Amino acid sequence: MLSLIRPAVVLTLTFTLLTGLAYPLAMTGLAQGVMPRQANGSLILRDGKVVGSELIGQAFASQRYFHGRPSATSTADPADPSKTVDAPYNAAASSGSNLGSSSSALADAIRERAAALGTGPAPADLVTASASGLDPHLSPAAALVQAERVAAARNKPVERVRDLVQRHVEGRSFGVIGEPRVNVLALNLALDAEMP
Amino acid sequence: MTSDLIQAALYVGLLVAAAIPLGLYMARVFTGDMTFLAPVERAILAPAGVRAGEGQHWTRYALSLIAFNAAGFLVLFLILRFQHLLPLNPQGFDGVPAHLAFNTAISFVTNTNWQSYGGETTLSHLSQMAGLTTQNFVSAASGMAVAVAVARGLSGRQVRTIGNFWSDMVRAVLYVLLPISIVLAVVLIAQGTPQTLAASATATTVEGAQQTLALGPVASQVAIKQLGTNGGGFFNVNSAHPFENPTAISNLLSVLAILVIPVAFCFTYGRMVGDRRQGVALFAAMGIMFVTAFAAVYAAERLGNPLHAAFADPAAGNMEGKEVRFGVVNSALWAVVTTAASNGSVNAMHDSLTPLGGLVAMLNMQLGEIIYGGVGVGLTGMLLFVILTVFLAGLMVGRTPEYLGKKIEAREVKLAALTLMVMPIGVLSFAALAIVAGAAQSSVQDAGPHGLSELLYAYSSATGNNGSAFAGFNANVAWHNTFLGAAMMLGRFGYIIPILAIAGSLAAKKTAPPSAGTFPTHGPVFVVLLVVTVLIVGALTFLPVLALGPIAEHVSMIAGRTF
Repeated sequence: MLSLIRPAVVLTLTFTLLTGLAYPLAMTGLAQGVMPRQANGSLILRDGKVVGSELIGQAFASQRYFHGRPSATSTADPADPSKTVDAPYNAAASSGSNLGSSSSALADAIRERAAALGTGPAPADLVTASASGLDPHLSPAAALVQAERVAAARNKPVERVRDLVQRHVEGRSFGVIGEPRVNVLALNLALDAEMP
Repeated sequence: MTSDLIQAALYVGLLVAAAIPLGLYMARVFTGDMTFLAPVERAILAPAGVRAGEGQHWTRYALSLIAFNAAGFLVLFLILRFQHLLPLNPQGFDGVPAHLAFNTAISFVTNTNWQSYGGETTLSHLSQMAGLTTQNFVSAASGMAVAVAVARGLSGRQVRTIGNFWSDMVRAVLYVLLPISIVLAVVLIAQGTPQTLAASATATTVEGAQQTLALGPVASQVAIKQLGTNGGGFFNVNSAHPFENPTAISNLLSVLAILVIPVAFCFTYGRMVGDRRQGVALFAAMGIMFVTAFAAVYAAERLGNPLHAAFADPAAGNMEGKEVRFGVVNSALWAVVTTAASNGSVNAMHDSLTPLGGLVAMLNMQLGEIIYGGVGVGLTGMLLFVILTVFLAGLMVGRTPEYLGKKIEAREVKLAALTLMVMPIGVLSFAALAIVAGAAQSSVQDAGPHGLSELLYAYSSATGNNGSAFAGFNANVAWHNTFLGAAMMLGRFGYIIPILAIAGSLAAKKTAPPSAGTFPTHGPVFVVLLVVTVLIVGALTFLPVLALGPIAEHVSMIAGRTF
């Protein structure tokens, strides 16, 4: 019996030290030394203040900005911590909607979002909640469809806004992997910088 | 469409190109030809009182694994319960409640990594590292040890022992899991995955709101969670989170890491049993099912949801619960890979897959996680079906069944047939119990047939040791934490112990040279028979309940009905 317990306990502790502490700590040391920007969340500074992460979407409501995808994240209700309230782009608690294909709540939400954008089918990503609730991207179509609204709110020619979107389209990696996309935060920051 | 197919083909090409050399390397590691880390091996084994190379009878091998898992469970359980008293808890999280700590500890020790918890809202950095990351390594290494022990048993010539568990497990970590994890973690960090011990960062957004960005030692855990087919994420939404999986490149590497060891094991196995064709046959049978499953999920997700066609441009497919940077093809590919491989990490929310997409993901698990499957255990799960297939073939031609020159007799067939009960008990009986007790109804999120799918998915995932979820299902209640925990143990040991028993029994048998009457187990005929056996067993067991869940939902979706 002891001949089973001894290796079980000793090896559990050995691997806790090796793979549970030494390995992640070594990776942390390496990352902080060589790639501190990525290791600390790819934060973006504007005027010396952290304005977000280039990898994490954030909520935009103003007509002057491009809006990201619907987000299903929530947070604890301040009035009753056992309940939650909607809190889009809550990067402290990622979540999707998890609604199934035949959900009437999902059908209603998509219909309402599309109606708010105008008639006819909207770009799919603009009316569906992302998996993480933190999706930083839009498809190029979903960004372009908002160009007119943003241009009007900023009193700028729509061509200039469209052009800005086009310049922010990121293609597939190596021309093959992934999908074409626009980083909404980067686009909005460029908007503020070029067309205040 | 064209770009989708190119991405899928690229994946398969890279996967096979990486798996073949890795498989041959692993064969050399586990047969003891690779010795460049021998001093480290000895230094680790000596304090444990293990003499390297000391053979174990199958019962001893299984008891060693159980003792090791028990110790791992205890340490992890204690770390989780007392994380508030331990260091590296910058967010000041409380100790994890008992039933959740029980569920999580079993989940990681059995290589399931079911997430009843939300990582960034529940666990301290120490729990993530010393607790979860450690088990990610050693639970994977335990599965790999089982596979090589079984390969030794099948190729052994009248021997009593099938190798040494401690030595196999240590080699799996040192020679395979740790080096590849280090490389993968570095690449992930370069792509943007955080790796820090600091607390969350705070940003003042463009519109002036406060945004808290959860951070931590993410990359080191994500690397091994993929490679070891563990799947438990640092964050609640797992690899859909832009920090866990920031780019299309990180996505491709992650999804390759999930399957590379399970695929490589086919080639390791062929080498270890001394007949390359045996491994290739298993590879082919698994490949047929994998490609079919991918085609089905991809088609379903690409066609999208007709209920939303008037409002969400149908050309983009079903984007609910998916991320723009991955799109439909990479989400469908991941959904199949993660459920085929008992990994369970997700880059899209499976609860929002189309009914047929969700059905295939669920069926992958219900077949017993044998389409490449978990590291090591996927191969051994498939070998159980091989035994059943040669038995059925033997019945058809009226000869004593043989596999690799060993007579397959009543004892082996009984043990293999016994494992066929694992999935039905864990999925159907446990789900039925939850419905009768009312625990299902209070946990499902969606009404209608999708609610049943949520329940079935949870118990399929736990019993299959997968860990992915239809996450609308609220599993974090005492009932489900307990029963899902039991299902995970059943799904782990209910397969491992019988297969080790079979290996031990076959190791002791004589190996007869093949004769004219031997049914070959490497040609296309055998591959087809094997696939058919797997599918018939799966269909007989699960078709009725799948008809009530995802199939009913698909039909009502087509008919325009919502719930």
